[in-house]
Amino acid sequence: MIDSFILRIVLAGVGVALAAGPLGCVVLWRRMIYFGDTVSHAALLGVALALAVGLPIVLGILVVAFSVVFVMLAGEGRAFHTDTLLGVAAHGALAVGIIALSFGSGGSASLMQFLTGDILSVTWEDVAVIWIGALCALAVVVWRWNALLLTSINRDLAFAKTLNPLRESLLFTLALAVLVAVAIKAVGALLITAMLIIPAATARLFSSTPEKMALLAAVIGALSAVGGIAASVLWDTPTGASIVVAALAILIVASPIASFLGRT
Amino acid sequence: MSNPLIETRDLCLTIDGRQILEGINFALYPGEIVTIVGPNGSGKTSFLRCLIGAEKPVSGQVNLRPKLKIGYVPQKLALDPAFPMTVARFLELAGHISQAERQDIIVRTGIETILRTQITTLSGGQLQRVLLAHALAGMPDILVLDEATQGLDQPAVAAFYNLIDDVRRRYGCAVVLVSHDLHVVMSASDRVICLNGHICCEGTPTVVSEAPEYRRLFGLGTEGTLALYRHEHDHAHHHDHTHD
Repeated sequence: MIDSFILRIVLAGVGVALAAGPLGCVVLWRRMIYFGDTVSHAALLGVALALAVGLPIVLGILVVAFSVVFVMLAGEGRAFHTDTLLGVAAHGALAVGIIALSFGSGGSASLMQFLTGDILSVTWEDVAVIWIGALCALAVVVWRWNALLLTSINRDLAFAKTLNPLRESLLFTLALAVLVAVAIKAVGALLITAMLIIPAATARLFSSTPEKMALLAAVIGALSAVGGIAASVLWDTPTGASIVVAALAILIVASPIASFLGRT
Repeated sequence: MSNPLIETRDLCLTIDGRQILEGINFALYPGEIVTIVGPNGSGKTSFLRCLIGAEKPVSGQVNLRPKLKIGYVPQKLALDPAFPMTVARFLELAGHISQAERQDIIVRTGIETILRTQITTLSGGQLQRVLLAHALAGMPDILVLDEATQGLDQPAVAAFYNLIDDVRRRYGCAVVLVSHDLHVVMSASDRVICLNGHICCEGTPTVVSEAPEYRRLFGLGTEGTLALYRHEHDHAHHHDHTHD
């Protein structure tokens, strides 16, 4: 019983981390950290909508997250800088989501559950959804890998190779939205961005090529998930936050080692 | 004359309601080097971006020969320091080529010793050669260079254009380039197009540098260009003319 319980949590955490590592690398390279925040904050609104109309929560999040993606890409480079648009969307959606959730049956309890995650309550069904979503997101990134690298290096280089950078951005951000949607239950809307960027940042210290960085980020993310869950069981700390703290601890320990090794 | 690799017909481009290019008729034929000169804001870079498909003209056409491969050399890369990318990996991104071809490009562009170097740590001159190698590794029919020598000193600029001339002969690709380095660039060109929203004048370097439209745009001092044009191509230039 206990074993199956722990196994479920570990599988949920590791599933998120394995996809979050490589996707997080691309987020760093394309300077999209704020975008991750926006999608995850907007996801809260999706949760509220799903609860209100009785749809599966993941579906509600996907609908809202995809809408955000399309609005962002359509509005890019218009009257406002992308940062401004993202700021408005992130916090606007967060505020509306918080209010909407407070009307729900769970009240502030369910709000906290989605803000900080509730990995202890994941069911086998949740685990399946997480793995399907994470693998889909990963599959898109693997499929578009070279094109993503080229567009991240220079958009015009991609155009010259008859790629469409807008299409690549769209595919990647949709993959990111899928990952956020399935990961909310495990790590929460506030912390999903951390799972994207902290393992990726650590991996950067030891990587000379994008592929090494992506693989290493996945491994570091998975280690953080296992470590965080173990710590959470041992010391009864909030699990989502413990996973992020574990990732942070690895980064702090790894930095001096990386400088010592003199790698770039 | 054979069919052009790429041509534009009556191309017009507006960006944010501002007219950038108007009525551009242009054709590039196999093996030739065409240089586009023009003052700042004259639409040079936008024109190149139309050629590679990065800008969509509001009217007119850009026709590419079917399966045309373009090797683009941008002004610079804005790589985030968090992006690990060695020169060797960057070359691979251009496409699959044989080991022998790869080696030839590496030697010709002189990047043997920096293959394992991170792109973000390259000097300006090294980066330009790496970008050129990347463009060549795609086995292009056309090389498109946007102010490729910005920030290089004059001997380096001359060396870079000699390299362009060399690879053009070796790989038989046509070259379109945009530049400010008038005296060096024009000497290496088959044809020069003087652009200022529209094509002011075009022709051989001698014709253009004597054209009144060109002189009006660039003022006096064009004698330097002409003098250099009449020099041999294969040496570094030591003139210190200024153009203003």
